[in-house]
Amino acid sequence: MSRNRLLQYLIIGAVLVIIPLLIHSKYILHIVITIGIYGLLVLGLEIILGQTGLFSLGHAAFYGMGAYASALMVARLGMPFWLSLPLAMLVSGVFGALLGFPVLRLRGDYLAVATLGFGEIFRLAMVNWDKITRGPMGLPGIPRPSLFGQNFTREMYYYLIVVLFIIGLWCALRIFNSYLGRAFRAIKDDEDAAEFMGIDITKYKILAFAIGGIYAGAAGSFYAHYITFISPDTFLYLDSANMLAMVFLGGAGTIVGPVLGGVLLTVFPEIMRFAVEWRMLLVGLLMVLMMIFRPQGILGEDNTRLPWHRIVKPTGSGGQGKFVAGE
Amino acid sequence: MFVQQLINGLMLGSVYALIALGYTLVYGIMKFINFAHGDIFMWGAFLGMFLAGIIGGNFILVLLLTMFLTGILGVAVEKVAYKPLRNAPRLVVTTSAIGMSIVLSNLARLLIGSQTFPMKKILQVKEFALGNYAVVNSLQIFVFLTGLILMLLLAGFFRHTRYGKAIRAASEDKQIVGLMGVNMDQVAMVTFFVGSALAGAAGLLVGMYYDAVYSTMGYAAGLKAFTAAILGGIGSIPGAMAGGMVLGVIENFGAAYLSEWRDGIAFAVMILVLLIKPSGLFNADIYRKRA
Repeated sequence: MSRNRLLQYLIIGAVLVIIPLLIHSKYILHIVITIGIYGLLVLGLEIILGQTGLFSLGHAAFYGMGAYASALMVARLGMPFWLSLPLAMLVSGVFGALLGFPVLRLRGDYLAVATLGFGEIFRLAMVNWDKITRGPMGLPGIPRPSLFGQNFTREMYYYLIVVLFIIGLWCALRIFNSYLGRAFRAIKDDEDAAEFMGIDITKYKILAFAIGGIYAGAAGSFYAHYITFISPDTFLYLDSANMLAMVFLGGAGTIVGPVLGGVLLTVFPEIMRFAVEWRMLLVGLLMVLMMIFRPQGILGEDNTRLPWHRIVKPTGSGGQGKFVAGE
Repeated sequence: MFVQQLINGLMLGSVYALIALGYTLVYGIMKFINFAHGDIFMWGAFLGMFLAGIIGGNFILVLLLTMFLTGILGVAVEKVAYKPLRNAPRLVVTTSAIGMSIVLSNLARLLIGSQTFPMKKILQVKEFALGNYAVVNSLQIFVFLTGLILMLLLAGFFRHTRYGKAIRAASEDKQIVGLMGVNMDQVAMVTFFVGSALAGAAGLLVGMYYDAVYSTMGYAAGLKAFTAAILGGIGSIPGAMAGGMVLGVIENFGAAYLSEWRDGIAFAVMILVLLIKPSGLFNADIYRKRA
């Protein structure tokens, strides 16, 4: 690491450390923490959607799964948060892999509806399994984490989410530049070609879902112990669509892009307080407009486009062409 | 009990079939899932509610006006969100459709309200007993018959009119049909009009049957109708009708014997169909060609 780079990291680190000392408003600190949670979530979705090109509409379900797993382990089994956090990540990751298995055969928009159905089944399970999850009433009073016998304050939550986010970002960057990331992008660009080149498509698709699940599990566990209340209504299809919009807004296929999208879509509705009612409407409009005018997102370039950004064209001879993109 | 559930299922199934036709028509031609279709169904229920309030007892007039207005809405959605993406790959259009769905449902919530609205009674409800087996009310018969008549009209439309033939041809091969001099913009417009009008009719019927209209009703109904469409084989018109009926019956039996998991049944069916036989019951051939 060059001295210059080291200096940059030190400055960024110092800024992150002193932020809560400068911000006295609990409300703004809450928004910053929320950005951290969404940052983790979109990094996970970026691995699944942006890197591997698997269109998933069920990310909120992994998020919810992490939240429920962690909350139940702490509230019902009396585990400490520091154990339930990695276990929740494991649970979401395993479920991500389990979801990966059956949906491997599906592509494009079929995959989207299958993951959507999975998200809905998760919600119904949480609603109907009321002996354990208290159903639609949700789980109140989830214990706060404690460190050295001291319960978490808002500032400590801030430091925790910063640490989690930096670890997540670092892992995502490592994955992006490794064989794993190149395999993911090869699958995104052309599944058949990737297979011919000897990439085990099954394995890497499952891995992508598992990694995405782990990120969402961490975010969910943190959320549950930060808000201290969860209910099935917190993890809906609309939340998945919201995360999708974040990834597309910033630029699917890049690492920083989706995080930027997450920041914008978290901060914007908060600045425009009067627009809170209109938030989802604006998200929907944004998705339509992005697709029409800039489908690769703010930071996306031509070489980070998703595979479906190629024009559909028939190949081969004869009238019955094979469609290239997204099939 | 058995006969009663069968009848309830067929009644509900005819509504699913009406909505499923819209998915299948759009998928057959444009090759993308119109996620906004369920919300057009919801707007059909709202428009029907307003029209019933204004016009009152004339069911046929309310139905026709609702269908016309939702048809226009569908065409407008197509012009705004899908037409600029005509040459874009499917998933860009699918994403745009998800956005449009969010816009339509939130627009209804903001403009009309998020509470559940009752529907003005257009028809007198009488109950008939079928021997000792089941009780049927006139509303159920009406919903079922309306669904059936609309489907027969649609079949006639496809068989005998120019646009019907153009739509069928376009679902075989869009490029070649375009080369043969068919105006694909017009075909897309007619497809969206017909599909949305049927969804609007379904919205009115569901609103009347359950006596409840609310801004989020499109999501579940849309997903179930989509399940019906893939169950029958997406792109296949008889498949959508059969799929709707079958799903309606499965769901009613499931609800009767598995109680709470009613909504989950449709999603479980959807995932099972996608995994085991994504080509559906009626459509193996077309799926193989396209995939």
